[in-house]
Amino acid sequence: MKGPFDFTLGLADDALVAAQRLAEWSTRAPEMEEDIALSNIALDQLGAARLLLTYAGELEGAGRDEDALAFGRDDREFRNCLLVELPNGDFAVTMAKLLLLSAYQLPLYTALAACADERLAAIGGKARKESAYHLDHSSLWVKRLGDGTEESHRRMQAAVDEMWPYTHELFAADPAAPVDPATLRPDFDAVVSAVLDEATLTRPETTWAPAGGRDGVHTEHLSFLLAEMQVLHRAHPGARW
Amino acid sequence: MYGNDFSAEDTAGGGLLGEVEAAEAALREAAARGRRGAPGPDQDLAAYFAEVVEADQKIEPRDWMPEAYRKTLIRQIAQHAHSEIIGMQPEGNWISRAPSLKRKAILLAKVQDEAGHGLYLYAAAETLGISRDELVDMLLNGRQKYSSIFNYPTLTWADVGAIGWLVDGAAIVNQVPLCRCSYGPYARAMIRVCKEESFHQRQGYEILHTLAHGTPGQKAMAQDAVNRWWYPSLAMFGPPDTDSTHSAQSMAWKIKRFSNDELRQRFVDMCVGQAEVLGVTIPDPALRWNDERQSYDYTQPDYDELMRVIKGEGPCNRQRMEHRRRAHAEGAWVRDAATAYAAKQAAKREKVAA
Repeated sequence: MKGPFDFTLGLADDALVAAQRLAEWSTRAPEMEEDIALSNIALDQLGAARLLLTYAGELEGAGRDEDALAFGRDDREFRNCLLVELPNGDFAVTMAKLLLLSAYQLPLYTALAACADERLAAIGGKARKESAYHLDHSSLWVKRLGDGTEESHRRMQAAVDEMWPYTHELFAADPAAPVDPATLRPDFDAVVSAVLDEATLTRPETTWAPAGGRDGVHTEHLSFLLAEMQVLHRAHPGARW
Repeated sequence: MYGNDFSAEDTAGGGLLGEVEAAEAALREAAARGRRGAPGPDQDLAAYFAEVVEADQKIEPRDWMPEAYRKTLIRQIAQHAHSEIIGMQPEGNWISRAPSLKRKAILLAKVQDEAGHGLYLYAAAETLGISRDELVDMLLNGRQKYSSIFNYPTLTWADVGAIGWLVDGAAIVNQVPLCRCSYGPYARAMIRVCKEESFHQRQGYEILHTLAHGTPGQKAMAQDAVNRWWYPSLAMFGPPDTDSTHSAQSMAWKIKRFSNDELRQRFVDMCVGQAEVLGVTIPDPALRWNDERQSYDYTQPDYDELMRVIKGEGPCNRQRMEHRRRAHAEGAWVRDAATAYAAKQAAKREKVAA
């Protein structure tokens, strides 16, 4: 069983790694308005990550602040789900990832807003509004791409097929946690199914359910992401920025 | 951000945040004064245009204007918009590696602001009867330029600070007079842009200040960045007045209000004191106060280098253009899908209505 520190760190790392990936789109988005929108979402995720990391550091009680946790841990110490660390791929993959992530984060933060831990409740109350926007934005794009051109449909379906297996890890039961992720699954399924139906997309039939992120066993991609993110901070130990 | 280093025939301006606010007040005042109604059927349109400019009132999109005025503005506003969009790249280069989460958030938001400025300026250009797609095409096929400063690389984190302090600082000195430009939509856009740019400049200054008061490694990084960005920043004001083919016309139309050298001097005078507070050295051994001129004497930037960079032979010209072309090309299927989806939705709505 994991304690509140691990739970909080898991949510923080989801948001931090998602922000790092989304920010990779800056200057590269398919249209300028979308460049701004993706930066907005990255900033929301980064903002939530900072609040959660700060709180995780306090729960740990070892004097680590947000930067010590973000820049001072190796990949085996990160607790994010695998979904967020996967490479951005094309725009369809990014939108599939964002749809699945936000359809998970929205009910999670909403439930958190009503939980007994005041700090987590406050963070959940703030973050759920942002998640609602992320879900709207990604849903609209999944529909546009799914029901757009032949090429966009093909790419969007491939993206859903590729990302879907990574959703199972999000809902692994943790009855002692402030919010048990297993309880969020019905809400997630209903929301995602409705979007995929409207987008003329299907869910893949597969039993493959990759996992391990919550235990620090990641894909090969995370180490590279962290190497880039941490390189400067680690090159100047003890420096202030 | 944006300079005056596109070509030999562009704009300039000079001043700071108080001047932006004064320009905004003047704009409101001019609007309150109202204009003397539309020109009568027999009135000479050119004379009417000249009167509006003379009275420091604003030319608006539906007004008659000389074709050359329209073309000058389209080129200038478009080049400014392109500069915002290309200018995202050198700083965007450090978002993934920003050394703290707070700096990452600030930098990401700054680059996002530049995209916003770009869109805002494209919209201002569109009021002159040209579409954003046409302007973007002219950027991508090289017919229109962007500020040459963005053809220099950001090699260390300190470059993000130096760009904020020097490049944004030069841009503000250039742009503040544009807040009083005779063309209303451009003047209004510049007021908004200048306010955000001055915020960016302060952020850059703060990055450098932290570095310059940090570890020996950080101090060296800060000085190295200032050494590399100082002269390119001076070159942002364009060629010296003796070589500048900028038109007296732009001055007469109240698009341009100060010469390149006037603005460059203003920028140098502003930076000297700031460098002292920062604790960095401006890399110019000839820099010294001239009591007679009440200004600093300084070494001119290498204008041959500026011309080479404008011509396409700067360190990053090819990289910047390739990056933008690739993003545009790789996004084509997404834009097509959005268009196709919108058409399908419209057809559905029509069917329901029928």
